[in-house]
Amino acid sequence: MKILVPLKRVADPDNANKVKIPASGDKIETTGLEWKPNPFDEYALEAALRLTEDGKAPKTRAGEVVVVTFGPKETEPTLRAALATGADKAIRVDATDDKLDGDLVARALKTLVEREKPDVVVMGKQAVDGDSNQVGQILAELLDWPLATFAATIKEEKGALLVGREVDGGVSTLRVRLPAVVTVDLRIVAPTSVYSQKTAPAFKYNDGVRFAALPAIMAAKKKPLTEVKLADLAADQALKVQYTAFQPPPARKAGIKVKDVSELVSRLKNEAKVI
Amino acid sequence: MADVLVVAEAADGKLKKTTHSAVTFARQAAAALGGTYSILVIGDALGDAAAEAATLGAAKVLVAQASSLKDYVAERYVPTVAAAAKGTANADPRTSATYAVVVGTASAYGKDLLPRVAARLSAGFASDISELLPEGGKLKYKRPMYAGNAYGVCTVSTPVQVVSVRQSAFAAAEPTGSTSPIEQVAVVPPSAAAERVEFVSFDQVKSERPELTEAKVVVSGGRALKERFNEVLDPLADVLGAAVGASRAACDAGYAASDLQVGQTGKVVAPSLYIAVGISGAIQHLAGMKGSKVIVAINKDADAPIFQVADYGLVADLFATVPELAKQIQAARS
Ligand SMILES: Cc1cc2nc3c(=O)[nH]c(=O)nc-3n(C[C@H](O)[C@H](O)[C@H](O)COP(=O)(O)OP(=O)(O)OC[C@H]3O[C@@H](n4cnc5c(N)ncnc54)[C@H](O)[C@@H]3O)c2cc1C
Repeated sequence: MKILVPLKRVADPDNANKVKIPASGDKIETTGLEWKPNPFDEYALEAALRLTEDGKAPKTRAGEVVVVTFGPKETEPTLRAALATGADKAIRVDATDDKLDGDLVARALKTLVEREKPDVVVMGKQAVDGDSNQVGQILAELLDWPLATFAATIKEEKGALLVGREVDGGVSTLRVRLPAVVTVDLRIVAPTSVYSQKTAPAFKYNDGVRFAALPAIMAAKKKPLTEVKLADLAADQALKVQYTAFQPPPARKAGIKVKDVSELVSRLKNEAKVI
Repeated sequence: MADVLVVAEAADGKLKKTTHSAVTFARQAAAALGGTYSILVIGDALGDAAAEAATLGAAKVLVAQASSLKDYVAERYVPTVAAAAKGTANADPRTSATYAVVVGTASAYGKDLLPRVAARLSAGFASDISELLPEGGKLKYKRPMYAGNAYGVCTVSTPVQVVSVRQSAFAAAEPTGSTSPIEQVAVVPPSAAAERVEFVSFDQVKSERPELTEAKVVVSGGRALKERFNEVLDPLADVLGAAVGASRAACDAGYAASDLQVGQTGKVVAPSLYIAVGISGAIQHLAGMKGSKVIVAINKDADAPIFQVADYGLVADLFATVPELAKQIQAARS
């Protein structure tokens, strides 16, 4: 099985409370923040690695994982890190973040899919900077491929994936025949979330994503990383969604600490009038 | 003139409340554009859903009903929704209309369906809108980003725009007292993708409690509750008639159903009262509940970040405090 995994570099979400909006309100200032791969994309990579191996013998690859990112040269460490974690090949689409929207990324990915011919595209359900949650869905429609969003479990079957999706009110299970697009949710990296056909049903993964070992980091330097121009993938680079301004969130007024349950109850009743 | 199409969400023969939030947005958008709004009700065994939609003041209610639409699968819904938006699905072409804005709610259904509809229409898609900012007959949208640490104002440049709205930011539309005409629209056969997807099952989490996104009071628990999650929270939720929510850590550990997760990547709630019990207050959690009117936090760590957004903070051990709180609220109410 060949899997394409799009990865995005984002400002460290745990530092997101430090993103600044200049007085002009024309952008979000992220300089000085640490960059990290979008967590959902890391989960997608972990899912893709699990689908292309026998959990017991993860060093023997049973398929191919190609990672791709959109960004300037500085985003290459994100790809190298993915190669060190186990991806086989990387592609950087030369682009700048503020000249992209979900539609353009999806259109460019469509061309890449046609070139690379993966069996599955596994991607994060959303990037935690833009919080848009749309690229996987748009890509699936452009390709006319079946789609399973918000995957919490994936089981490989012959020529298909059985996907448990976290939706409102419960879990919806779909069977998608390949090729297909899957977007993953948080719990896709739990110990028994993803099984390739090779991995024994009783096998349990470690919780969370795997980390690269030092020798793998060295070896990753030799793995292929190619650069593609955005214009080669999408002739029309006009954005369909444009940001005209940014604003800080509304401030909450400082609260108080109460001394005990009685004070809390009396304030909720008499002051806030919510009970 | 530009009209708005609401894509309704129906289940068990009824409209889901998410639809009412999208209708509120549609009223605002139609007023700004000088147009009207219609509601598309789509699915199988729609029961009273269309009749209910007809009470919400729409110019008309479009109904696409077919057994092939049983068990929601995006691939089977998208072609019909797109055709309705383009006005090519109407049984009578004389009454067909094209819509400038297609809107639904950013529920799991809307998140799954609407971007695909946008792609089919070659339309731009703006998700999870928290405010509509009309400007000179044009629409601008405000939406949270960076886990709610910034808001972006955006425009969509395509002739048709597809948007999803944040349910907690748009109050549920009330009936107007009028009745809209109901019109059947054709169900468009799906494309190749639908042949390769099979609905297997839907395992519903049954709960007697109000839905999280609609509840007036939410009691949420974190990792600290451990296996005693329900034992500790249920009595408090019972006296308050509250919905129960959870942090990701509590869901991941299996203490709470994943469907209960509140946060950036879970549900967004904005009740009158939110009680966070043993929740640290990571930004991803705050993103889902900061819009609550009154926030109470109970945490034994006085420096927990949750206290930075709480109106009332109580530094205490939850295992002793929550039962006491339930008891005193009960007493205060009777
Ligand atoms: C991509 C991504 C998306 C995420 N999305 C979400 C999301 O949507 N929602 C979400 O909630 N999280 C989300 N998270 C996780 C988030 O970052 C935190 O890890 C999570 O919210 C922590 O949950 P918690 O507060 O229950 O657990 P902890 O951080 O373990 O905090 C437990 C708290 O309980 C307190 N405590 C312990 N014992 C007691 C006691 N006896 N009495 C009183 N207090 C006690 C502790 O002081 C502590 O503050 C996401 C993370 C990532 C990476």
